[in-house]
Amino acid sequence: MSILEIKNIKATIGEKNILKGLNLSLEKGKVHAIMGPNGAGKSTLSKTIVGHYDVEVTEGDILLRGKSILGMEPEERALEGIFLSFQHPVEIPGVSNAYFLRTAVNAKRVHEGKEELNAAEFLREMKQTAQELGMKPEMISRSLNEGFSGGEKKRNEILQMQMLQPDVILLDEIDSGLDIDALRAVSEGINAMKDGERTFLVITHYSRILDYIEPDYIHVLKDGQIVHTGGPELVAQLEDEGYESIGAAG
Amino acid sequence: MAQEELNQAVSGEYALGFEIDIEQDTVPPGLDEGVIAFISQKKDEPQWMLDLRLKAFAKWQQMEEPHWGHLDYTPIDYQSISYFSAPKQAPESLEEVDPKILEAYSKLGIPLEEQKQLQGIAVDAVVDSVSVKTTFSKELEAKGIIFCSISEAIRDYPELIQKYMFSVVPMTDNYFAALNSAVFTDGTFVYIPPNTRCPMELSTYFRINALNTGQFERTLIVADKGSYVSYNEGCSAPTRDDNQLHAAVVELIAMDDAEIKYSTIQNWYPGDENGKGGIYNFVTKRGICETNAKISWTQVETGSAITWKYPSCILKGDNSVGEFYSVAVTTLAQQADTGTKMIHLGKNTTSTIISKGISAMKGQNTYRGLVKIGAHAEGARNYSECDSLLIGDQCEAHTFPYLESKDPHGQVEHEATTSKISDEQLFYLRQRGIGEEDAVSMIVHGFCKDVFTQLPMEYAVEAKALLELTLEGSVG
Repeated sequence: MSILEIKNIKATIGEKNILKGLNLSLEKGKVHAIMGPNGAGKSTLSKTIVGHYDVEVTEGDILLRGKSILGMEPEERALEGIFLSFQHPVEIPGVSNAYFLRTAVNAKRVHEGKEELNAAEFLREMKQTAQELGMKPEMISRSLNEGFSGGEKKRNEILQMQMLQPDVILLDEIDSGLDIDALRAVSEGINAMKDGERTFLVITHYSRILDYIEPDYIHVLKDGQIVHTGGPELVAQLEDEGYESIGAAG
Repeated sequence: MAQEELNQAVSGEYALGFEIDIEQDTVPPGLDEGVIAFISQKKDEPQWMLDLRLKAFAKWQQMEEPHWGHLDYTPIDYQSISYFSAPKQAPESLEEVDPKILEAYSKLGIPLEEQKQLQGIAVDAVVDSVSVKTTFSKELEAKGIIFCSISEAIRDYPELIQKYMFSVVPMTDNYFAALNSAVFTDGTFVYIPPNTRCPMELSTYFRINALNTGQFERTLIVADKGSYVSYNEGCSAPTRDDNQLHAAVVELIAMDDAEIKYSTIQNWYPGDENGKGGIYNFVTKRGICETNAKISWTQVETGSAITWKYPSCILKGDNSVGEFYSVAVTTLAQQADTGTKMIHLGKNTTSTIISKGISAMKGQNTYRGLVKIGAHAEGARNYSECDSLLIGDQCEAHTFPYLESKDPHGQVEHEATTSKISDEQLFYLRQRGIGEEDAVSMIVHGFCKDVFTQLPMEYAVEAKALLELTLEGSVG
């Protein structure tokens, strides 16, 4: 069963056509990986799904659980369960990590008709989750991403993902800038979220991360289209032969 | 992100724009010696005060309105302003305060009735030209603390007034200070005796109500040796199409080892998005620190069409400390030219300046600050940090830091940043499910955090709420 369906999407950033009739169906509970060379449109694809203002969709549709999300604000898409782990998480000075995340978690709870968590309940949960990800306790009260190292920022993305419990998780270059320990911690954090219900879209230039997060499907993105879809065995082929080897759109 | 949406999110409604429906005594517009004599007589002042007022008036007539601020406004016609307006009923006690005034203050969140008075906060409530009510005066009196309207102080404590009024801000200090010295109507006087810690927050709430009336209050705070006081002022005005002039003077005296913490939440009516209406706010605030004394100014400026204001410290005594923490918001068509002066005269004096300017829509925000280190101020140190945050692309931020050092070893550090609420920051928060306006206010609060933490707690909460209201609708 597909949870997210991308139908013939054409999208531009500024004057540039980036996505040129892209089709992709994400199967519920599965791990999908998008691989492709630089400039193929990988980051634009994730931006399009979450409704980033830079992107203008000129044709096509995106359906979440059968319903179009193109008319939704970014926050509505988030509340509906789409989460993006950013390639470069921004720094927001003066806003504590805990305050930010509690606001986000409670926005989602309210959206789902649940009661808001009070500060104590929330902090207990956040502390435990952060500890499991190997984050220093002070990361909780520090300003959001401010002065965080590359690894700390990525762990913080995973922390947010675990606390928000999204249904569709987009991971944009989650492994970039990570040393081996951070990569392991981040991967474990992601794997812990796999429950056969959640769906993952791992966007990556390198295959390294796929050794840790085993994908069910590999999609090759080239020049704004998915040109090939296969199983995990495709990773090895791409590694040996490069993106050039993958044939025409189809 | 679309500019219209952004504007929507920063053009919050002015919530305090209501008018108090009371009968008022207002003198006809115009200013001459007769009007000054009238004010003095209304206040039941002694002759010496009238003489000082007339002297200031004579000086003012020879002075010229300053225009060095980065401000653009229609000239002020000083003859079209009424210089005195008071609620008709002059109350002798709370029972006599017009219920409509009590109701208005309740609406502003400041109950004056005995049973509802805010715990730990004594309030002086001023409507137009007169103080209508001062709470907790009796309790404070028991500690020897004087907290009353300046008019009462002129009558009851002439020796203190004669000694300290005009001692920090001379009557001819500048054009607006001279005008204020001639026509000031009410304001607050505070005296804290030696080695006394004022047990509660003191607070004055100013309300402009009458039409075409200027507000000219004067505040004088004297903290005697080794004493401490935390004082707060708030203000608001009805929504009107005409500009109204507010020219206040505040003088602080911190004697040896004394500390004064002065916080302002300025929320005068800002005018509309085309620059129509709003308060012209030309204010002179200055304090003097004797040995080991400390003065700390914290201001949150969200209102007024024009703000011209530089709360300053003269660090006269050795080891004295001056601080200035400011958040100034300009949205709609507001203009603010604000900052501070830190004058280091004593040895080992230190000053800290943290200024946060937020501009949205067509707001113009200027920081202007002077750090002056005198020839004998060995070991003087200053740290300045001036940050500007821009929301949208029609607003402007300017920074004019001036530094004069006669001591080659004076240590002065200045940092300045200008940033825009970036689409990326907003998007990040929205992608986590936080609505756009909440996202903007989160970023703005974060930006102001270093200043808000300086405010007494109740006021920090008010300041945050006010900021949210002011910027509501400016982003989207």
